[in-house]
Amino acid sequence: MNTYYNPDDLKKFGKISEFEPNLAKKFFDYYGEVFKEGALTEREKSLIALAVAHTIQCPYCIDAYTQDTMEKGCDEAQLMEAVHVAASIRGGATLVHGVQMMNKYKELSM
Amino acid sequence: MIKSLKSLGHELTESQKQLQLLQLTNLMPFEDKLKETNLFPLTTIPMEIFQINVGKMCNQVCKHCHVDAGPDRKEIMSRETMQDCINAIQKTNVYTVDLTGGAPEMNPDFRWFVEELSKLGKKIIVRCNLTIIQANKKYHDLPDFFKKHKIEVISSLPYFSASKTDAQRGEGVFEKSIRALKLLNEVGYGKEGSGLILNLVYNPAGAFLPASQMALEKEFKLKLKSGFDIEFNSLFAITNLPISRFLDYLVSSKNYESYMEKLVAAYNPIAATNVMCRNTISVSWDGFLYDCDFNQMLNLKVATHNSQHVKDFNFDSLSQRNIIVNQHCYGCTAGSGSSCGGSVV
Repeated sequence: MNTYYNPDDLKKFGKISEFEPNLAKKFFDYYGEVFKEGALTEREKSLIALAVAHTIQCPYCIDAYTQDTMEKGCDEAQLMEAVHVAASIRGGATLVHGVQMMNKYKELSM
Repeated sequence: MIKSLKSLGHELTESQKQLQLLQLTNLMPFEDKLKETNLFPLTTIPMEIFQINVGKMCNQVCKHCHVDAGPDRKEIMSRETMQDCINAIQKTNVYTVDLTGGAPEMNPDFRWFVEELSKLGKKIIVRCNLTIIQANKKYHDLPDFFKKHKIEVISSLPYFSASKTDAQRGEGVFEKSIRALKLLNEVGYGKEGSGLILNLVYNPAGAFLPASQMALEKEFKLKLKSGFDIEFNSLFAITNLPISRFLDYLVSSKNYESYMEKLVAAYNPIAATNVMCRNTISVSWDGFLYDCDFNQMLNLKVATHNSQHVKDFNFDSLSQRNIIVNQHCYGCTAGSGSSCGGSVV
């Protein structure tokens, strides 16, 4: 069955350099640096990536960072809590705009 | 309860079938990978570890077990073969004798063997699955027995929670393991200044690679201390190798190819330089000699044709042998590498 997303395409991520090698190299070097242990541990960065993957709803990133967080020693409760963090920020972002709605409502009301 | 592949009459009981399956992928042969990184043939360095698998009998049936051990397995080392091992050890200058299984303590000659090995003045390691300590009254004094012979205890604990541990090692194993760890702590194991070493082993509970050993150790220490008041010395992160029950799990869960691809992609020549088979000799329950416990399960005997059994132990030949490699070896060379003592990089 043809779909827009093919799980095997994740393995080909590096091949984006075929069409534009210089920018791809800069991106992958940057990517690699970002995920190295720094002020945050590799494990913490991986959990952030998992939460962001859910926020942007990227199936490749969800597969990749589910496996990566498991390989960093996280368990299912920790993974799901990260998803809830993403969900609460997304939900909160919707709800906080309710203030804007309320402001406008009040502005237009007698 | 899960059954051993042998009791199920599973085709992967045969080492030849496992090797055929390992060859099926389109991945670069491990031998070629070594050649590419100028490491072929893989040769020995001075022998330091004499690892003895005293039998496949075990009180547990873990899903990832490369030995296919279990209560139904009756293949255990005889006292005669143990004596042959002692004779062989005396021909070497190995520093460590590493006893594994199955559950080594279930061999009726286990205590005799440890006592005899103790007299040789070697460091003795016992790979204890923890639950055996409480499996039967006759094992309750094992912590004291270990202490008496200053044995280094190495025990598997895949995670600091019941769900992951029990998923890999069987229902209720986590709780029993915690109780056993407390008993070992009570006699001094894992306690600072006691000189009694208790190391834990982490294996991923699934088709993924282990985390950084250092990061895991830090977290295990924190969680086991705060949650259960348990102390230990070091944590070894070990990669699951595609052999026996773990191979069966990979195939049946449709993770086999992606797992192998992952291992190959993570090949690390530094890890390959430090693999444990180079300083180890492994003896099976029936006395045959192998480069490691994994080759043992695949029936890949040492390359020294004049010394393939502990009765014919020829230290000089064995010290100059080339290591037998196959596709499973990618498991020991991925990322930070893997050995019975954890990461090698």
